[in-house]
Amino acid sequence: MSSSSNTAQVGSFPVKRGLAEMLKGGVIMDVVTPEQAKIAEDAGACAVMALERVPADIRRDGGVARMSDPDMIEGIKAAVTIPVMAKARIGHFVEAQILQALGVDFIDESEVLTPADEAHHIDKYKFTTPFVCGATNLGEALRRISEGAAMIRSKGEAGTGNVVEAVRHLRSILGDIKKIGTADSAELFEWAKRLQAPLSLVQEIAETGQLPVPLFCAGGLATPADAALAMQLGASAVFVGSGIFKSDNPAPRAKAIVEATTHYMDAKILAKVSAGLGAPMTGIGMDEINQRYAERGW
Amino acid sequence: MNAQATIGVLALQGAFDAHVQHLNALDVDVRLIKTEADLEEIDGLVIPGGESTTMSNLLVASGLGKTLTQKIDNGFPVFGTCAGMIMMANSIVDGRPDQIVLNAMDIQVRRNGYGRQNDSFEQDIDIASFDVPFHALFIRAPIIEKLANDVEVLSTVNGHPVLVRQGSALASSFHPELVADFRVHEIFVSVVKSS
Repeated sequence: MSSSSNTAQVGSFPVKRGLAEMLKGGVIMDVVTPEQAKIAEDAGACAVMALERVPADIRRDGGVARMSDPDMIEGIKAAVTIPVMAKARIGHFVEAQILQALGVDFIDESEVLTPADEAHHIDKYKFTTPFVCGATNLGEALRRISEGAAMIRSKGEAGTGNVVEAVRHLRSILGDIKKIGTADSAELFEWAKRLQAPLSLVQEIAETGQLPVPLFCAGGLATPADAALAMQLGASAVFVGSGIFKSDNPAPRAKAIVEATTHYMDAKILAKVSAGLGAPMTGIGMDEINQRYAERGW
Repeated sequence: MNAQATIGVLALQGAFDAHVQHLNALDVDVRLIKTEADLEEIDGLVIPGGESTTMSNLLVASGLGKTLTQKIDNGFPVFGTCAGMIMMANSIVDGRPDQIVLNAMDIQVRRNGYGRQNDSFEQDIDIASFDVPFHALFIRAPIIEKLANDVEVLSTVNGHPVLVRQGSALASSFHPELVADFRVHEIFVSVVKSS
């Protein structure tokens, strides 16, 4: 995939995937204002996701959720020095073109926004800017990678403050990767068929034992312990959406989640950073919601 | 000193796993470094790419920063890539005012010197003493704006130094850990083994 050339090549897959590698071990935080972006950067976020409403508010307000106003994204870009991500609707390649023109560092083709296309995701190879996409299982992850995604995140269930769906998705993706690792070469054809995924990617997983791009965790994380849980299960980094700025005391909670993501194996440090943070976001149970965002995307 | 060197990889945030894999291929003992106590057993440290502001916060919170700075002042070998290079500099432009400066090398570095991710690139570069070019990935890379006379420049791109060495400190603005080529890591292993 790497070209051999003395001239600089931008937007290649290794260059896109490279930024995903740099975000490993970090926390990507949803922010809706430049002030929140500063708080996130001060707390040690490795990137921010610029959006108009956090998922908890999108869930409460209902209606159609779209790409954010470019002015709002520019304001957040100007406020921080860390990478800035922004969301486009599933299949809405023009929103993605606009986000690329704005110079965001990563585009999230996100189920949190209302899908624009019920059959097609964006052809992500057409873009210089890298994409992250959500997945609930390995087949979905591999379809997104085959479309050019440079990072996969669990979908979880955004805006709930409930980690149960993110755990389900991580376990499903990583569990199937483990099983493929022990499959023989003939069984890989059956795996590709069952996952509705390209055989070449299934074969690559059998060889390397891991996803071809970094796997992050998102959707419902609200506490330092949630972040450490995702990391111990095998995620390479975490997204925290509503969980920070819908809590009582965002700045210390943000810092604690950053430390918990680094020291995820050290329960003593986790106990220390979890103390005295005030109330987390209230959160909702899966039987209390009428729209599951994770079901969006195909 | 000893034939079997032990090299730590700072594992607070960023692309530390890729460095571990490279070092494992080079017959050295590799440790992940997350706390102050971890520093005691190693002969050299790799500071990976990632976000320098994030790593700076975590260096302070973990107490690692102070001890590491003292070790570096005494000539402890360090190799920084991208964000790692930023942290090794003695002066940072466009950083945060409270960002840690490890002062491992007499270079002034501008964060995100090439621009945002859309300006990130890959390119073959020539490196002093290498017979064949090295394929380098520059990801939101920093630019070295000034350097002291005794900082040795091992490679340049468009007139900017991208791989530099001063004593037992080595720094690159690109990511040798992201390509299947161990030659830059070999330079650091030999620095550690000879110090």
